[in-house]
Amino acid sequence: MKVDQPLHRALGLTDEELDRIRATLGRAPNRSELAMYAVMWSEHCSYKSSKVHLRALPTAGPQVLVGPGQDAGAVDIGDGLAAVFKMESHSHPSAVEPYQGAATGVGGIVRDIVAMGARPVALLDPLRFGPLPEERNRFLFAGVVAGIGGYGNCIGVPTVGGEIHFAEPHSANPTVNVMCVGIAPTDRLVTTAREMPGGSPLVLIGAATGRDGIGGVSVLASRTIEDDAADTRPSVQIGDPFAEKLLIEACLELVEGGLLEGLQDLGGAGLACAVSESAARAGMGAELDLDAVPLREAGLEAFEILTSESQERMLAVVDPSRLQEVHAVCAKWGLSSAVVGTLAAGGRLTVLLGGEVVADVPARSLADEGPVYERPMQPPGGLHEILEDDPTFAPVDSDPADAFLAVLSSPNVASKRWAFEQYDQLVQGATVAGPGADAAVIRIEGTMKAMALSCDGKGRFGHLDPYLGAAHAVAEAARNVAVMGATPLAVTNCLNFGNPERPEVMWQFAESIRGMGDACRTLGTLVTGGNVSFYNESGGSAIWPTPIVGMLGLIDDYRLLVRPGFPAAGLLVYLVGETFPELGGSEFAEVVLGTVSGHPPALDLALEASLHRMLVEGARADLLASAHDCSDGGLAVALAESALAGDTGFAVSLPGDEPWYVALFSESASRAVVSVAPEKAEAMEALAAAHHLPLSRLGETGGPRIVFDSLLELTVEEARSAHEDAIPKLLAG
Amino acid sequence: MSVGKPRVGVVTFPGSLDDRDALRAVALMGGEGVPLWHADRDLLAVDAVILPGGFSYGDYLRTGALARFAPIMDEVRAFADRGGPVVGICNGFQILCEAGMLAGALIRNRQLRFVCRFVDVRVETSLSPLTEGLVPGEVLRIPVKHGEGQFVARADDLERIEGDGLVTFRYCGPGGELGDEHNVNGSTGSIAGIRNPQGNVAGLMPHPEHAVDPDVGPTGGQPLLASLLAFALARV
Repeated sequence: MKVDQPLHRALGLTDEELDRIRATLGRAPNRSELAMYAVMWSEHCSYKSSKVHLRALPTAGPQVLVGPGQDAGAVDIGDGLAAVFKMESHSHPSAVEPYQGAATGVGGIVRDIVAMGARPVALLDPLRFGPLPEERNRFLFAGVVAGIGGYGNCIGVPTVGGEIHFAEPHSANPTVNVMCVGIAPTDRLVTTAREMPGGSPLVLIGAATGRDGIGGVSVLASRTIEDDAADTRPSVQIGDPFAEKLLIEACLELVEGGLLEGLQDLGGAGLACAVSESAARAGMGAELDLDAVPLREAGLEAFEILTSESQERMLAVVDPSRLQEVHAVCAKWGLSSAVVGTLAAGGRLTVLLGGEVVADVPARSLADEGPVYERPMQPPGGLHEILEDDPTFAPVDSDPADAFLAVLSSPNVASKRWAFEQYDQLVQGATVAGPGADAAVIRIEGTMKAMALSCDGKGRFGHLDPYLGAAHAVAEAARNVAVMGATPLAVTNCLNFGNPERPEVMWQFAESIRGMGDACRTLGTLVTGGNVSFYNESGGSAIWPTPIVGMLGLIDDYRLLVRPGFPAAGLLVYLVGETFPELGGSEFAEVVLGTVSGHPPALDLALEASLHRMLVEGARADLLASAHDCSDGGLAVALAESALAGDTGFAVSLPGDEPWYVALFSESASRAVVSVAPEKAEAMEALAAAHHLPLSRLGETGGPRIVFDSLLELTVEEARSAHEDAIPKLLAG
Repeated sequence: MSVGKPRVGVVTFPGSLDDRDALRAVALMGGEGVPLWHADRDLLAVDAVILPGGFSYGDYLRTGALARFAPIMDEVRAFADRGGPVVGICNGFQILCEAGMLAGALIRNRQLRFVCRFVDVRVETSLSPLTEGLVPGEVLRIPVKHGEGQFVARADDLERIEGDGLVTFRYCGPGGELGDEHNVNGSTGSIAGIRNPQGNVAGLMPHPEHAVDPDVGPTGGQPLLASLLAFALARV
């Protein structure tokens, strides 16, 4: 970090922002105050560039119990229960130190769920890296996966899914997102948006505070990482999953005992954030005594204690009469608990150290009154040419069998078993379907219901057309839960983009939000919150616009869920939906033709919604022997994956009169491959007709071979080798 | 104590993760699951004890190395000395080895990565609290999920383990065949579980408690827990 500049700039604040702080305080801020404003007004915490756009997302509806603005969103899933879920990015720390970056990302999102009073029941990790042939990308991929497992496996929350993709623009800046889902009785949700009696003690629970991660949100997450990345390594926090496990159990015991008035995670921006948000949400102020904060080492300065991002800490607002019980629960779990302050009437946040006031600011000015920017926007130059260079009409001279194997063994399509096997998918005993299915399915204890969870992003589509890319991400995530028989209910998101101060990036962001909003409105899936990760770029080159959608669906009876694999021979295979000549941005175009260009497939959201309704009805009526989403790699990959998952071959002929490469690899939206017992064929055809959906009978399941007419033929085992071995082979170097 | 419903205690250490799952599995198989707490010195009159999976004390230092000093372990040891059935699953197995209640040790997987996967294991003996009534050679599908499950032992210990028939389970193929490709973590002799010479203490890396409920997957763990309940009941 450069030192020959004013302190506010070194901390990431602009001159205008400093003026604003001066105006708020009526004087110049001191060092501690400046540090607090720097982290709270950072892009990461204040959403200053994204706020004006995020307002356009649909967030209010009957199923939403808690919308954006809290630690996590919550939706009503019946039986007096709420599903609490959120997604977050830990890309910046992971680029610097992949294991700890990914590990602490898991820790942070889990605490967000616990802060709502919910027990975390599932984790999913959508990841993006550069191509694996490059050694550094292999190092990042292996480190991130090990970090996710190293932390997640140790806290007793199963990691059940999350897609993994590879693309050159993510080389310098991997995208590491993590979603956590929890369950809480609706009447026990902890939300702090209410007036509380003054004098409620603020109790800091968990790990001692050290110098790690100081200014992580402003140093790492709110600017681009250039060549001096090694200098920022001290800003990466170190995780202690054992402490996190104890923290989870202690906090849930406190919530169950009704001992708390509020609970807040200490993540980005540390104590400064937790105290100012707790106070501001209650419409109050607070007095904070830094001498009471348990420290890992003596001699920390006030600004360090305030902004340290030491992990595995929570801040509880406690009913004064229950304080001793709170201490007792923490002691039972071997955790330290210290009263570090009290909520106070009025709105001032007063911070003391050594008996002296080291900061005195309005709590709301930190938490809620940060700057909001309407940054300039402009489409990137050259986009028109890329769109018009449509690979759908390019000459194809490759052999169908070669193309099929190339797409099936492309790292984006190939099996991610190497990664998923490093995650505990089974702990808690509720994993009905884990990684590898279209959506993970987690049953809800004490009911026959289950949640279906899917994370999706459409990198190439978003690069070519951010509006369509985001809309496709929502459609695919919803389709992924619908093919398993679940009704799509609500979404969380993580919006990963480059530098918002560049008009091209801001345009991509705004277009993505527009696409996401339109898709969510038509599909009836409201947005309950999420996270924005900007500054994912180096040397002026940004990641592809990567809005990741985390979808939550609900199945009434998980025994009726439908899996992707062909379960038996002799079933009829159908394609629901229609294939158009749409190879723009497809896996085939990238892998076989070597181009990422053209128009992404069109998306008819009303048709997409019909498909979801049909799939859910088909599952409820027990019509479908299998169902699988058609997406990356098109119909060819969907059929192959169903064969591999069920260890059952098939023989089909391709519908329509498109060229073979279109029929096999077009990524037209709103399609699914289903298999149906012959005696249910009539009912299936009637169901599709009732929903006005095109339906083509392709052929039959059975045998050890994958057969597309006279076009191509191979054994299921050959396909399995291509699909399973691709990533381990690349990792072997 | 109701006749016909054995009480099976499951110890929760700080960092235990599969404790609730073990309690649920015991109940599903017809037993009464009894939560036990590491800091207590009371086994609450249970008929069998399970040390569950997880990362007790974060597995810092060495897996199971700290948990063996927990106050309740004195009671567990005394219970085992009286012939009471004690089963360690995954981290519980590691704790039993550290406590000297089973021979050998568990070190990092050969591939140096955590592995979560359904595997086939072959029953090697019917003389253990987990395999009473099972036929040696029987193959069961049960998941493993561990980073440190590679079984090793000193040469003299290994000779006793193999010579005295103390191996309870080995990793195998679907037909019961042994082979390096089926040895999920590189364990010596493909050993997935062992027992003590007295036949009342057993440890294994696979998780039978995660393979009892047909609604969530294969049920290869059912016969193991049924055996434990029967073994416990016989002593009531």
